[in-house]
Amino acid sequence: MLFLDHIWIILLLPAVGAAVMFFFGRKLTKQSVNAVCVGAVVLAFAFACGTVLQYNGWAEAHNHQPYQTILYTWLGTGSTGAPTAACSLTPNGIASPDTSAQDQLCYSKYDGTLASFNADAGFLIDPLSSIWLLFVTGVGMLIHIYSIGYMAHEGGYYRFFGYLNLFMFSMLTLILANNYVLMFVGWEGVGLCSYLLIGFYFQRKSASDAANKAFITNRIGDAGFLLGMFFIAWYMGSLRYTDVIAAAHSGKFAIGDPIITAATLLLFVGACGKSAQLPLYVWLPDAMEGPTPVSALIHAATMVTAGVYMVARTNALFVLAPTSMLVVAIVGALTAIFAASIGLVQNDIKRVLAYSTVSQLGYMFLALGVGAFAAGVFHVFTHAFFKALLFLGAGSVIHAMSGEQDMRNMGALGGKIKITYWTMLIATLAISGIPPFAGFFSKDEILWQTWTREPDAYRLLWGIGYVTALMTAFYMFRLIYLTFYSKPRMSHEVEHHIHESPKSMTVPLIVLAAMCLVSGFLGWPRSLGGSDRFAHYLDPVFARGEVHVLAEQGKAEQVAAGEREEEHTSPIEYLLMFLSVAAAGVGWWMAGRSYANADKGYVEPIDAASPAVYKTLLNKYYVDEGYDYVFTGRRKLGKVRLGAMGLGDASYWFDAHVIDGAVNGAGWMTRVIATISSWWDKWIIDGLFVNGPAILARVLSYPARLFEWGLVQWYALVMTAGLVGFVFYYVYH
Amino acid sequence: MAYCSEKAMNTLLHISTLHYLVLGAALFLLGIIGVLTRRNVVIVLMSIELILNAVNLNLVAFSRYWQSIHGASALHGQVFAIFVITDAAAEAAVGLGILIAFFRNKETVNVDEVNLLKW
Repeated sequence: MLFLDHIWIILLLPAVGAAVMFFFGRKLTKQSVNAVCVGAVVLAFAFACGTVLQYNGWAEAHNHQPYQTILYTWLGTGSTGAPTAACSLTPNGIASPDTSAQDQLCYSKYDGTLASFNADAGFLIDPLSSIWLLFVTGVGMLIHIYSIGYMAHEGGYYRFFGYLNLFMFSMLTLILANNYVLMFVGWEGVGLCSYLLIGFYFQRKSASDAANKAFITNRIGDAGFLLGMFFIAWYMGSLRYTDVIAAAHSGKFAIGDPIITAATLLLFVGACGKSAQLPLYVWLPDAMEGPTPVSALIHAATMVTAGVYMVARTNALFVLAPTSMLVVAIVGALTAIFAASIGLVQNDIKRVLAYSTVSQLGYMFLALGVGAFAAGVFHVFTHAFFKALLFLGAGSVIHAMSGEQDMRNMGALGGKIKITYWTMLIATLAISGIPPFAGFFSKDEILWQTWTREPDAYRLLWGIGYVTALMTAFYMFRLIYLTFYSKPRMSHEVEHHIHESPKSMTVPLIVLAAMCLVSGFLGWPRSLGGSDRFAHYLDPVFARGEVHVLAEQGKAEQVAAGEREEEHTSPIEYLLMFLSVAAAGVGWWMAGRSYANADKGYVEPIDAASPAVYKTLLNKYYVDEGYDYVFTGRRKLGKVRLGAMGLGDASYWFDAHVIDGAVNGAGWMTRVIATISSWWDKWIIDGLFVNGPAILARVLSYPARLFEWGLVQWYALVMTAGLVGFVFYYVYH
Repeated sequence: MAYCSEKAMNTLLHISTLHYLVLGAALFLLGIIGVLTRRNVVIVLMSIELILNAVNLNLVAFSRYWQSIHGASALHGQVFAIFVITDAAAEAAVGLGILIAFFRNKETVNVDEVNLLKW
């Protein structure tokens, strides 16, 4: 089991690349950087292929169990759940703390046995992580090769590849982790790398602002992720996937359990942040400030799919919480149509693709929300290829146009950059859902599952998905027409410099286009004669939960008969298939009508129809401004500032007026008391008690002095007076 | 005494003890006034002598009165007067001595200039 036992090598390779760039990158030549970093990812891809092949062989023999390798216990006590000396189990199996032990807290799991909080450095390979592993390393490898050509003339070459490798390391940690905590480490790591790479041209204020926005919005989602994780740890007693899934399948929890609903909703909040759903999608369009390979890797193929991965991994819990699934589906559908509507009118080529990404992610969550987990994962898989191709192609266009990104200044490039044109056309056909390209199979599967699951429950969501498919075709073909067809609208110097990109850039485009053509066949649906191999491959991950739910719903016999709920085909499926292709065709036709011959100063059809709607869409429904008013507080509402900065203002006001007011008040009080005290001291104490006796003594001294005048004759007079007094006393007594 | 009548000439005022006492009191009073009001120290001393002699007169008058009442002679008063004269003499000597000392210190014989203790 060479590959399976040493999965950590897949992680180690890009980590080493990043470390070498960190320590020595400045001194290396571009060739050495290529050798180290791109070589690391190529080796990682090779290793990943070997791993998946070995796993498939192993799983056949071992009942399709996931393969876990645990390197060491990273956090926690390392206990396995057996009672320790300090916490003993009472006879009915409930753990109770031993009061004589100090500082030992005992938590019991849902079934009464002792809970143990452990987070290992461990890895898990099962069909879900195999798929992710393959396309992350594969697409990552292609993008690394592409970046050699794209970043050839840019500064910070080694820094870029260092960050890219660090990103690969984090994403692989996220995918291969066997517990939520290690996944969270990878989660945070990809967020960090997203920040570093979006803000790669950090001298530009818009770029560093976008990087901050991405990281902060991600962080808000992370808070939800953490809280969900805490709920799971507390309620289930463990954070390992195998433990959590075993607990969910054990039947001890009722469907609709409130704690599980809360935990899954919180985890979904984390997914919203990372995978750019409403309302935390605002960072993704701004993230286009980063170099195009970054947009392709992080914001199309890998990082934004981390949320989908997490929800798919937690499908056992989501299945137990129908409310959460409904929320996921609704948010997904609304995000899809919301972002598609904004993408209809954007002029920056990368922004159109960014909103397209948000919209397609909405499709994935819609699929997960209605219970079609395999369809959602399939869409992730195909989307990785055609979206990465679209972004890389856009990068090639920008490269050809000497840095121009505004589609209003492009046109008629199709004849001049043929490879880019053909590959982007293939990707556009794929994303619009035109058979036999990849996107048709995955998107159609999602729409079909939305229609048939819980009949009539999700019809409205199907309608939303359908309109979004039409819009997707429209704006993607708008992009193609404005860029590659129509009349040239660029300046003459730029026109002279148009050239095809170097081989390092075009070869990945060709490989990805081939994958767009081919990958759809993996999910060839049963209705068209295929074997639905993709969904069956993912059965060990998704099916067991479904069995439990179906048992609850009383359809256990159906399962026992060997059918899954959606296995028989119906004519409606063909009708819907036809309708979705028709929608794509209509979108294509509408785009062709408006843009195929667009010349300088062309008119947007939406602007012609309704300028107000056009303005709203162009300004992204003013959501960013709304957030500025309400959540960040960068703009004031009249006199008041809300949001985070408003909290700062409020704190300042409180500090300046209340706290300082109290301090000043205390000071004033002290002065008043001091004044009274000084008055008392001066007039009463000094005046009355100190000076008073003195004055009294002085006043009394005046008569007293007369006794000691110093005049002899006065003394004689006094004596005589006394004598007379005596005489009178004797005479009259 | 041409204008005095015979009756008046015949009725000589009987000099009784009262007259002596009044004279003595008058002399005493003069002496007191002199002590209290005269500025010169020598005059003050003379006034003191006057007081003492007034007292002598008083004593002798009472000695004679006693004799006139009781018939037997009681010479206590007169003897006491001899003592008082002696005492007066001694006192005059001492007083003059003080006067000389006083003059040596202050170069003056005015008693109201002895006021070093005056505030």
